[in-house]
Amino acid sequence: MTERIDKVANIARLELTAEEKTYLEKDLNNILDSFKKLEKVNTDKTEPTFQPVEVKNITRDDKIEKGLKQKESLKNAKETEDGYFKGPKAI
Amino acid sequence: MQYSKMSVSDFIDASKNKNIDMVDFYSKFFEETEKIQKKYNHFVTISKNDAEKNIKKINKKTKLKGLPLSVKDNICTKGIQSTAGSKILENYIPPFDATPIAHGKKEGGIIIGKTVQDEFGFGTFSTYSAYGIPKNPIDPKRSCGGSSGGAGGFTKAIDMPHIAIGESTGGSISCPAAFCGIVGLTPTYGRVSRYGLIDYANSLDKIGPMAKTVKDTALMLSIISGNDPLDQTSIQKNTEDFTKYTDKDIKGMRIGIPKEYFNNIDRDVEKKVRSAIEKLEELGAKTVDITLSTTEYALPAYYIIATVEASTNLAKYSGMRYGAQDEIKGHYNEYFSAVRGKYLGDEAKRRVILGTYARMAGYRDQYYLKALKVRTKIIEDFKKAFNKVDVLAAPTMPIIAPQFKDIEKLTPVETYAMDTLTVGPNLAGIPMISIPCGTSKDMPVGLHLLGDHLEEGKIIQVADAFEKI
Repeated sequence: MTERIDKVANIARLELTAEEKTYLEKDLNNILDSFKKLEKVNTDKTEPTFQPVEVKNITRDDKIEKGLKQKESLKNAKETEDGYFKGPKAI
Repeated sequence: MQYSKMSVSDFIDASKNKNIDMVDFYSKFFEETEKIQKKYNHFVTISKNDAEKNIKKINKKTKLKGLPLSVKDNICTKGIQSTAGSKILENYIPPFDATPIAHGKKEGGIIIGKTVQDEFGFGTFSTYSAYGIPKNPIDPKRSCGGSSGGAGGFTKAIDMPHIAIGESTGGSISCPAAFCGIVGLTPTYGRVSRYGLIDYANSLDKIGPMAKTVKDTALMLSIISGNDPLDQTSIQKNTEDFTKYTDKDIKGMRIGIPKEYFNNIDRDVEKKVRSAIEKLEELGAKTVDITLSTTEYALPAYYIIATVEASTNLAKYSGMRYGAQDEIKGHYNEYFSAVRGKYLGDEAKRRVILGTYARMAGYRDQYYLKALKVRTKIIEDFKKAFNKVDVLAAPTMPIIAPQFKDIEKLTPVETYAMDTLTVGPNLAGIPMISIPCGTSKDMPVGLHLLGDHLEEGKIIQVADAFEKI
């Protein structure tokens, strides 16, 4: 029933309850259904727009600038060690 | 001293001439703010202590000279909790100011608090906030609109000088401005730096001012806009004095009326907007009928692009570094998934799921790329219109502020449909301003004026002329 939601939630790293999965499956179906009308627009020769106002790539000079201090960067973290953020096991 | 009914410009004049005791002013301001907060819940945080420290060092040579500013909760303020309306950012205290906030402070603005919003901006009625629902001060049974709902509600409720800094992704400045009967100015995408904004959708987010008058929004835009090396999408353009577009006549200006924007809207709202347009004609503007044939496709295109971008933006909330953090246990995927499942709200989950789905292998072309191509068509449509006219005029929202009991009955698809009139201009990144143009059932109706990229001046000019009738 909720295989599709399971797959999407896994990619999104989002733990969902059984109840949430049920209504999200229903919502996803209804929302995607309402989006179908996009198929009616002919976009064969149209390029996608990622940015609404054209921006140029800008680079800055390669010199060190002031940033946040280590202490400030770590201030909001509960788990730190030796000046690093601490997280769960990755391997 | 009597501060009620004092306008922003009166305050600035009084401050300049040293005719105002800031300690007295702010004591009354916070007294009033606390009263409003108890009744309507417009704030996540009221930053009284921080403000009291800062009023001691107001520089009278600045543009704002000690003016109170409220800030939407998704804009980072140094030393003041910034949650973006989400439990996953509860107790997050930014160690830096967002660029527009730094500009506001530099010009003598005093941050008085952080306004309630839908979680990360995901909503039209501010009912998806983790910090209580803001109530419309005109009728507390009704919504302030979203997602900058606290900003709209407080701007209406406070009878003292103040400007709000809001943010729009798909209409989050215009909607609450219309529902609360105030002015909301959404600038061109990139006009105001997004550095320090807790982002929803990078290619859509725009920070902008909300205030009681057009001139106040123009003043604030002059302060917060301008190129910022810290935001790569910031436009390479210096700020300008946008107040110079006020107090001008609009004779001969061409105002386009996009017919699709009058489909399926409340009849009384339509009546009020059409009568506002007639008044613009009386001021000497010429109206031109315009067709924006892509209008009906803006809604799905917006929701696909916005949720795709949101689903990647929200990946950084993982229960580490800042915000909600639980006891670290298990493999990192298990820990991240559990924290996100626990602290993200219902609508955030819905949009993360939708956005993740629309960019998954196999669906990316069908949904995400298709939406981006439709966006190109929408921009072309607007560009064609602006070859013929200076500004476009339409209703801001299809309805007046709805009652909470009616909002509860809406499905997600029906809720999204409320954004029909605002998502198109937001996808195109063009500037827009919503101004009050009468009432329906005693609730305000918003007139929406849209301009071409970087033509904030023209919409300010027309809005200001209308306001002065």
